[in-house]
Amino acid sequence: MAPILVVVEHADGVVKKVTLELLTLARSLGEPAAVWLGPGYGDTGASQLAEYGVATAYVVDNSDMVDFVVAPKTEALAAVVKQASPAAILIASSAEGKEIAGRLAIKIESGVITDAVAIAPDLTATQSVFGGSTIVHSTVTHGIPIITVRPNSTAPQAAATALSRVDVEVPVSEGARGAKVTGRTAATKASRPELSEAAIVVSGGRGVGGPEGFGVIESLADSLGAAVGASRAATDAGWYPHQYQVGQTGKTVSPQLYVANGISGAIQHRAGMQTSKMIVAVNKDSEAPIFELADFGVVGDLFAVVPQLTDEVQKRKG
Amino acid sequence: MGKRMKIAVCVKQVPDTWAEKRLRPADSLLDRESAEGVLNELDEYAVEEALKIQEAHGGEVTIVSMGPERAVETIRKALSMGADAGIHIVDDALSGSDALATSAVLAGVLKDRGFDLIIFGSESTDARMSVVPAMVSERLGLPQLTFAQKVDVNGGTITIERQTDYGFDSVEASSPVVVSVVEKINEPRYPSFKGIMAAKKKPLETLSIVDVGVAAGSVGTSAAWSVVADFAARPPKAAGTIVSDEGTGGVKIAEFLATNKII
Ligand SMILES: Cc1cc2nc3c(=O)[nH]c(=O)nc-3n(C[C@H](O)[C@H](O)[C@H](O)COP(=O)(O)OP(=O)(O)OC[C@H]3O[C@@H](n4cnc5c(N)ncnc54)[C@H](O)[C@@H]3O)c2cc1C
Ligand SMILES: Nc1ncnc2c1ncn2[C@@H]1O[C@H](COP(=O)(O)O)[C@@H](O)[C@H]1O
Repeated sequence: MAPILVVVEHADGVVKKVTLELLTLARSLGEPAAVWLGPGYGDTGASQLAEYGVATAYVVDNSDMVDFVVAPKTEALAAVVKQASPAAILIASSAEGKEIAGRLAIKIESGVITDAVAIAPDLTATQSVFGGSTIVHSTVTHGIPIITVRPNSTAPQAAATALSRVDVEVPVSEGARGAKVTGRTAATKASRPELSEAAIVVSGGRGVGGPEGFGVIESLADSLGAAVGASRAATDAGWYPHQYQVGQTGKTVSPQLYVANGISGAIQHRAGMQTSKMIVAVNKDSEAPIFELADFGVVGDLFAVVPQLTDEVQKRKG
Repeated sequence: MGKRMKIAVCVKQVPDTWAEKRLRPADSLLDRESAEGVLNELDEYAVEEALKIQEAHGGEVTIVSMGPERAVETIRKALSMGADAGIHIVDDALSGSDALATSAVLAGVLKDRGFDLIIFGSESTDARMSVVPAMVSERLGLPQLTFAQKVDVNGGTITIERQTDYGFDSVEASSPVVVSVVEKINEPRYPSFKGIMAAKKKPLETLSIVDVGVAAGSVGTSAAWSVVADFAARPPKAAGTIVSDEGTGGVKIAEFLATNKII
């Protein structure tokens, strides 16, 4: 049977949660196979993939994958697709994942669907568009369906199997080595879950008032085991690093719970959080549009409400 | 100094950000008539960056847009910001094109005109795919410098800071290159009255798909490699509970979370 090929997102040899979700989804569609692009494949990654039902891991252990922007990964992936003849290709809906999907679509002459939140056994993808107001079912009508899937669309479930590694040698073309990565700059790496993958996100906006204000946001996040997010007003003001921005031009998140504090709910912010399963808002202004989205809202000062909530969460955890 | 730098900026007309967007029941395409069309917000940043590079290094900025008749308004807006010339690809056959077809048309226009820099926004607010820049880079075989939060031009060497999950990567390539920008990069200027008047007289080329070397059968709804099978409005969300804080707001949220088994 033709496999469902899943492109692995990994960091420091560890498979990211979104990939475990994609593998779980892939098992509902067929037999998952994995593609590991770049260095880092080792015991840790292999055992994670085996645990989530991968029988075959195609490994392209070539540093060009990470030394040049996107194009080498696409070439390698196209080579694996040729070898594996999959029924579909699933890629995480990250910025880079979508770029890989787009380039691959041209290379293998296949249709591409981005930002799916579910995929049916007949490979019909469900998308949530226009800020979540419309649900669309789409299908790829030409070639091998390439579908990028949003993080948090499926709960990861293990189903262990025996895994074999297949090494794929891909000579990367000169043309694909045009955009060279000359340095990597990491913003302060927090010990919190990654924003786009977190089950709970606690965000702060202009209402937080300054960088110190994020202290109460972080405390609440830590009590809930959550990631911290921010509105553009907060990142632009330099109160919180830019990569934590949620919204149209920041991250798209779809957690179990999103807590918006001192955020008005501008359309560009909503675009990144509207599909959250549950939304809680704290805002001084009862007219703030964020309350239209909220499952539960408190009209009040976040500096009173948020610390009280943090205490209460801690109390209940015991 | 070598030759004058030639910069292209690809811009898209999209429904006004605040307008309620709808699909047309008849063909599942975005209803573009019901809302006012505006220059895609992210593309304003692309135009601004092109103008800044032009101010620092000289050269010429050409606006490229594929879209229906009225997309010309969007090109004029970019010209009124200060760009020099426009190219509009308009053709009835293009209606319903997917990103693959859009990128083929844009690549067809861009390919033999000697552009050194081709600048995009990083996302259109209607399609929200963020794939067209990467696709054009693939089609033209040019280096991809996408998601730039900073662009530096140093002769033929272009360096960007590419926004990533963890911070940014410094990326370098030799021109010609494809660039896409994020909104953090600059603050787009407003067109001045003088700019608006001048825009009316700037050269505008109008092309059909034949002119850009794309076959009619390869674009539009019938050639799209993905289709919308059906769509529906999301079932309205039950209105949430909103309470005023009377000293126990935090406790009330905790109770709500406990009821829903979050804590
Ligand atoms: C091209 C473009 C892209 C954009 N992309 C994004 C994006 O990705 N993400 C994003 O977030 N925005 C984005 N924006 C910006 C967006 O339009 C809004 O400006 C932004 O989201 C506002 O942030 P805010 O809600 O924190 O601030 P405001 O709108 O100023 O709201 C602050 C809120 O805090 C409340 N408040 C104040 N003090 C307190 C207190 N003590 N306790 C409780 N409540 C309090 C106020 O009542 C108010 O509702 C984008 C804009 C553009 C043009
Ligand atoms: N029809 C179009 N005409 C010109 N440029 C476009 C068009 N569609 C998309 N683009 C460009 O591609 C970018 C990304 O769009 P998208 O992949 O649709 O999110 C936009 O910000 C524009 O710069």
